[in-house]
Amino acid sequence: MDILISLIKIIVYLGVLLFTVSYLVLVERRVSAFIQNRIGPNRVGYKGLLQPIADVLKLMIKEDIVPKLAYKPLHRLAPIISIVVALSTFAVIPFGDKIVLFGQEIKLQIASVNVGILYILALTSIGVYGIALAGWASNNKYSLLGGLRSSAQIISYELSMGLSIIGVILISGTLELDKIVEAQSGWRWFIFLQPVGFITFFVSVFAETNRLPFDLPEAEPELVGGYHTEYTGLKFGLFFLAEYANMITASAIVTTLYLGGWQFPYLNTFGISDFWLSIIQILTFISKVLIVIMFMIVIRWTVPRFRYDQLMNLGWKWMLPLSLANVIVTALIIYLVE
Amino acid sequence: MNKINRKVVRTEDLNFWQKLYIPEILKGMKITIRQMFLPKFTRQYPEEKWIPPPSFRGRPVLVEENGKERCVACGLCSRVCPALAIEVQAAETELSKERYPVKFEINMLRCIFCGLCEEACPEEAIVMSKDYELTFFSQEEAIFGKDKLLMPIDELKDRLEFLRKYR
Repeated sequence: MDILISLIKIIVYLGVLLFTVSYLVLVERRVSAFIQNRIGPNRVGYKGLLQPIADVLKLMIKEDIVPKLAYKPLHRLAPIISIVVALSTFAVIPFGDKIVLFGQEIKLQIASVNVGILYILALTSIGVYGIALAGWASNNKYSLLGGLRSSAQIISYELSMGLSIIGVILISGTLELDKIVEAQSGWRWFIFLQPVGFITFFVSVFAETNRLPFDLPEAEPELVGGYHTEYTGLKFGLFFLAEYANMITASAIVTTLYLGGWQFPYLNTFGISDFWLSIIQILTFISKVLIVIMFMIVIRWTVPRFRYDQLMNLGWKWMLPLSLANVIVTALIIYLVE
Repeated sequence: MNKINRKVVRTEDLNFWQKLYIPEILKGMKITIRQMFLPKFTRQYPEEKWIPPPSFRGRPVLVEENGKERCVACGLCSRVCPALAIEVQAAETELSKERYPVKFEINMLRCIFCGLCEEACPEEAIVMSKDYELTFFSQEEAIFGKDKLLMPIDELKDRLEFLRKYR
């Protein structure tokens, strides 16, 4: 029975995630169009709502070109690594407390891993293999540069990302993500307790997901398409999917760690039945994630790309000391209070 | 001190809050979000068409007056055409102009819309229209004969007036 419930959860979550990813592309295109005083895609279906389906169909029908000199096994493996990592990171994120359906108590989290945060950090680090291998296996200088940039960038920003998470762990005293969410009941969201940690974490998240102020791995004007220059058809589609899935996962992590996850402040005191309570919690989680995603999209169309040396400067000279100081100050305060 | 060795003074143009970068990002976001609610510039093309001003040089056409072309088949247009797109064959007619083109063909794949034919024409018989939608499925289709080139004078009034005023 437990396995069945897990399977259903996995299927539902995969469906929802893939659906959201495809529509996120549309949302990004529409929002960017609005920011630039355009209208954006509005031809396929009502107001362009079927555009993602047309896009996916186009990607599937396109010819799959593999360069003659590419190292074929890795060229094929790279997009798979990217997408697998992007989709499986989501497994540990709690999107609600518990829900009682047909007499069964279901925990709204696919896998309650007791080292959830470590799992996330480990998987996001594997994600860079997809990009670096894609760049190397394509046997193209631009792809290689993109892949190398990506690995260098992720190494430098992973440090400050991990260090800013330590602040959260120190306060909540656990690595389990559902416990961390429970620790943020009421208005005790970690964004208020850890403002500096939030900023360093959020900036590192931009770098980890290769979103615009830090999208050097695929910087179009410099590197053609970066690591996915030599990919076509569905393989390119997988990279694209992975990029947007990463964005959703990243904003879900930000929500879980800093914005209180599925917590709706003082919801228990409103006197709603348990079932509706869980529904509201899920909706709260979804809307928080959507707000973070919208923030990321607007940032993309606001801030210009960093130069490479500026990126490294920011990463090593500002983010790392800031997050280190944050850890020390947090630890000191906790030590003094107890 | 000469110009080259002059000491360059670099002004510190960012204050502390600007160096922090985050307030500036929020300011930038305010601007981008404001743009989202401004009117859009997009023209929904196939539904909303652009009507060009009379100075626009679109597809060259033959002026049709009282059901007949004005053209006297002098061949100046085909002579002046830099892209060699125009072919004229003259013949005699009972009308007062005495000559008319039996065959008048413009290859629209060669035409560069320079308007030299219009300038060379002594009879104001070939002018540039406002028509800019030119698509063909084959090269043969792109050779426009007299049937496609003739356009009633009423539709060309804007352009003829413009030519009289500014040429």
